[in-house]
Amino acid sequence: MTANPLVLTQDVISAEIDQARRAYAEELKEGAEPRPHPARGYRPYRSSVARHPRQPLVVVGDPDAVELSGPVFGVTDITDLDSDLTRQHLGEPLGERMQVTGRVADRDGRPVRGQLVEIWQANSAGRYAHQRDQHPAPLDPHFTGVGRCLTDDQGRYTFTTIKPGPYPWRNHLNAWRPAHIHFSLFGTAFTQRLVTQMYFPGDPLFEYDPILQSVTDEAARSRLVATYDHSLSSPEWALGYRWDIVLDGPAATWIEEGR
Amino acid sequence: MTFLPTPSQTVGPFYGYALPFTGGGNIAPAGEPGTITVHGQVFDGAGAPVPDALLEFWQPAPDGSRTGAPGSLRRDAVTGAVVGRTGVEFTGFGRVATDADGRYVLRTLPPGGVPYISVCVFARGLLHHLFTRAYLPHLTDPATEPLLRSLPEHRRATLLAVREREGVHRFDVRLQDDGVHEETVFLAFE
Ligand SMILES: [Fe+3]
Repeated sequence: MTANPLVLTQDVISAEIDQARRAYAEELKEGAEPRPHPARGYRPYRSSVARHPRQPLVVVGDPDAVELSGPVFGVTDITDLDSDLTRQHLGEPLGERMQVTGRVADRDGRPVRGQLVEIWQANSAGRYAHQRDQHPAPLDPHFTGVGRCLTDDQGRYTFTTIKPGPYPWRNHLNAWRPAHIHFSLFGTAFTQRLVTQMYFPGDPLFEYDPILQSVTDEAARSRLVATYDHSLSSPEWALGYRWDIVLDGPAATWIEEGR
Repeated sequence: MTFLPTPSQTVGPFYGYALPFTGGGNIAPAGEPGTITVHGQVFDGAGAPVPDALLEFWQPAPDGSRTGAPGSLRRDAVTGAVVGRTGVEFTGFGRVATDADGRYVLRTLPPGGVPYISVCVFARGLLHHLFTRAYLPHLTDPATEPLLRSLPEHRRATLLAVREREGVHRFDVRLQDDGVHEETVFLAFE
């Protein structure tokens, strides 16, 4: 059997992932600073190719005060049921019920209080309630997969949901995303904005996934994986996961007094 | 001691029930005199419109206050539906998903104290969001604005909205040079 050169296989993608990882290791060896974030252009993730800027970002060494402030949210922006994704419909969604909790902090470790956390995820079969998701897995009439809450005085968030399933996507042939929950977070500065994804420990799909592997720094990548915490599990009810989040941002946001 | 940041990941294509909200582009209260429209399209490196981008906007109130206000996503406590901003406080925050033709429309009040609206771009294919600024031409003196002064003419032009008519400005976002149009200047804050 000869390989069809028109079909982008996992082997090709995996080789590119490996190449990027080795290039990064080489950079570190030559004294480069560790890079916690993915490069904007990362070829194994094919959608990035035509969508990432090729020019270097223009560094604003002295952000304006407006950029060091940010949108605020309050009790009117959420409702009580928003943080429980299992109670938003008439019936219960299918799947492994779980609670995810954690603390949102800035790089000085100060809690990010009263800010909005938004999440979205596939259902337990790996299907999004979205028109364009064509994965032939069942929709769950009792699950939209959307939640939001405000962080408390310690910067904590908590969601009750079900564990999302892995799902196929069309990056390459036989591409499957590891199970994940999408997170959107606001800090006290617009420049601290973060959209990211939380993964589950021990997922065998990690090494095949160009989106997770776009974080070429191994320690940084491990920060995207939640911890199973038995003390957070509740008897006869739900499994508990902990995932803490640290928002990046210009140095000026670390020394400015929190509001 | 500093803590290590959580890495960014793409917003992906399926944020539709989670992030956009009704009225997300209407920062200005309905009927407010002096409301301006900023609109445009997002394009990729092939010059094709990006139909699944999400743009966020942040700006001071016309009086220059930068504190914002809660209530951008104000919800009905009974149904959970978005009921819109109160129109009394100026929240300063907008969020718009591009349509099938890559278009967005923002209706807002002119920012006070700075001549621009801060923009944050998310999309499938962007592993890390992009920051830029939409400078409003009638408020901007490029000769005194430090960021604009530091840029060569052809790069600077990508940050300046284009006045179409009174109160209506066009600001396109080009994620990459498509061979004809210059790539938008994107910013890193240090
Ligand atoms: Fe996803």
